[in-house]
Amino acid sequence: MSENPTAVPAVQLRDICKYFGTVVALEHVDITAYYGEVHCLLGDNGAGKSTLIKIISGVFQPERGEYLFENQPVRFSSPRDALDLGIATVYQDLAMISLMSISRNFFLGSEPTKGWGPFKRFDLQLADQVTREELGKMGIKVRDTQQAVGTLSGGERQSVAIARAVYNGAKVLILDEPTAALGVKEAGVVLRYIAQARARGIAVIFITHNVHHAYPVGDRFTILNRGTSYGTFLKQDVTREQVVEMMAGGQELEELGHELEEFARVDNLAVERREGRAIAAEGSAHLPPPN
Amino acid sequence: MSQTAPATAPPTTDELPAAPSLLKRLLLKPEMGAIAGAIVVWIIFAVIAGDRGFLTLRGAANYLEVSAELGILAVAVALLMIGGEFDLSIGSIIGGCGMIIAILSSEYGWNYWAAIAASAVFAVVVGVINGVVVVKTGLPSFIVTLAMLFMVRGATIGITRQITGRTQVGGLKSLPGFETADTIFSSKIHLFGNNFAISIVWWLALTVVATWVLLRTRFGNWIPGVGGSLQASRNLGVPTTRVKILLFVCTALSAWLVATIQVTSFGGADVLRGTYREFYAIVAVVIGGTLLTGGYGSALGAALGALIFGMVQQGIIFAGIDADWFQFVLGGMLLGAVLINRFVRSRAVLVR
Repeated sequence: MSENPTAVPAVQLRDICKYFGTVVALEHVDITAYYGEVHCLLGDNGAGKSTLIKIISGVFQPERGEYLFENQPVRFSSPRDALDLGIATVYQDLAMISLMSISRNFFLGSEPTKGWGPFKRFDLQLADQVTREELGKMGIKVRDTQQAVGTLSGGERQSVAIARAVYNGAKVLILDEPTAALGVKEAGVVLRYIAQARARGIAVIFITHNVHHAYPVGDRFTILNRGTSYGTFLKQDVTREQVVEMMAGGQELEELGHELEEFARVDNLAVERREGRAIAAEGSAHLPPPN
Repeated sequence: MSQTAPATAPPTTDELPAAPSLLKRLLLKPEMGAIAGAIVVWIIFAVIAGDRGFLTLRGAANYLEVSAELGILAVAVALLMIGGEFDLSIGSIIGGCGMIIAILSSEYGWNYWAAIAASAVFAVVVGVINGVVVVKTGLPSFIVTLAMLFMVRGATIGITRQITGRTQVGGLKSLPGFETADTIFSSKIHLFGNNFAISIVWWLALTVVATWVLLRTRFGNWIPGVGGSLQASRNLGVPTTRVKILLFVCTALSAWLVATIQVTSFGGADVLRGTYREFYAIVAVVIGGTLLTGGYGSALGAALGALIFGMVQQGIIFAGIDADWFQFVLGGMLLGAVLINRFVRSRAVLVR
């Protein structure tokens, strides 16, 4: 476990346990996110990543453990409580209403108003202007903030959601698999916005199961496996390969590698037999070793 | 869209592709289909029934009154459907509210206005129950409000028969407070030598208010939010429970208003009033461009859908066609509207 004495911890969770009935979702998990850093939360499907971020964002309450926000203990009863402290979450496919305009989406839940009493109204001009400016700051160019969000690509939608969270005063930004459904180029766009959010001093918690997305932007890596944590590692202390190995639980991956090799050999033999050619089993039948 | 610009550079407008033409943007408004539909329906009946009175002001006053009573419901139902829910109970709320007004004022001697107020309380209670059950259980509102439709209708018939021994209550016109209520809910406005029902004013006013709320207020931004994605809206801090319950209260109150108008103009109530109104309202809303899936639609469109409904229902009578064909035409228009809406929605998402 590495500690950076100069950085300020934004959120700190200690010894978190969460059970669903008899199912253990999380056991004795620690995670600390600092301002101006990207903290990658890695793990395979079912490792407990979603449960942990739902605890951080106030959706679930842990059965055990401490939750500190800026060194003060907190207890949330709803996501609204977390949001009020500046802990914002961007969910993968639940970020935007596709038939609503970009600016209406951008301000959904925090619309600026003008006027008073019964004539208090949604300030659409301001909303459009701010949306255009904020997206501009993130380098996202839209032709018309009145266009439906459905006209944007997946990466652009994620980017708008991130820009929205940043504008709404997020101090801690939780990104739930923002790159999972995206192509290579689109994922790159989103990674750039993650780096920009960090540059603004935000504590970013980036959930992914893709090490190739996490490693370039991450400062710290916490690896979950079946509800327990392998610990938190600083980037300089760990290589990409080591992270991959821990995520899948090294041993298992190695076994899988052997199994795949075996499949490949059997397959090749079958093909060769069908083609009536007898070839020595030795030779080209190996898969490249899994990284 | 280009991603090559340095991330910190503000966008310069001249680099952006041209915005879609005004015409194209207008075509993508949800109510455009209903505007076109209203014009087409008017032209059709102007041709086939123009010489039988459809084109006269009296004809207009006739179909506008039909449109108004449906339009009051449709505008509220549109907001609810944009919010992602249905309300099938409004038809029997009309019957229930009407009977409450009639029985309290005639059998129990309440002031007519007090009876109207009591029926409004009843409508609010039904709306809150609908909303709370839907929000707390997560059951489809279709089934919850369908159950409420039968329960309210059954209770209305049962209680009315228990108290009065009949299913109709009349003779309200001489009761205290009726005259002022008559002025507000069922008087006629003399315009160009014709009598227009005041319900048309209620219809237009509600359309203006609902459109303003939907397009210009925070609450109006939350309606398509909860209808488009409940989870996303909740995550963003929208009070989703309150929004949905309020929308159910609005539809129930629209039914109360229609009941008040009907009871006041007939001077009596019938337990079966409002039958099928819940479906006609949905037809008007869908013709008006609102999606059944929620998250997209228009209150103005719903008002136009009600206008089309009124023109077709009365136009068929003007044209001398057997009124039995009205339902066939209505169903056909609904099917056509759904197909057009589907096409418009795919365009709204695809247009770049």
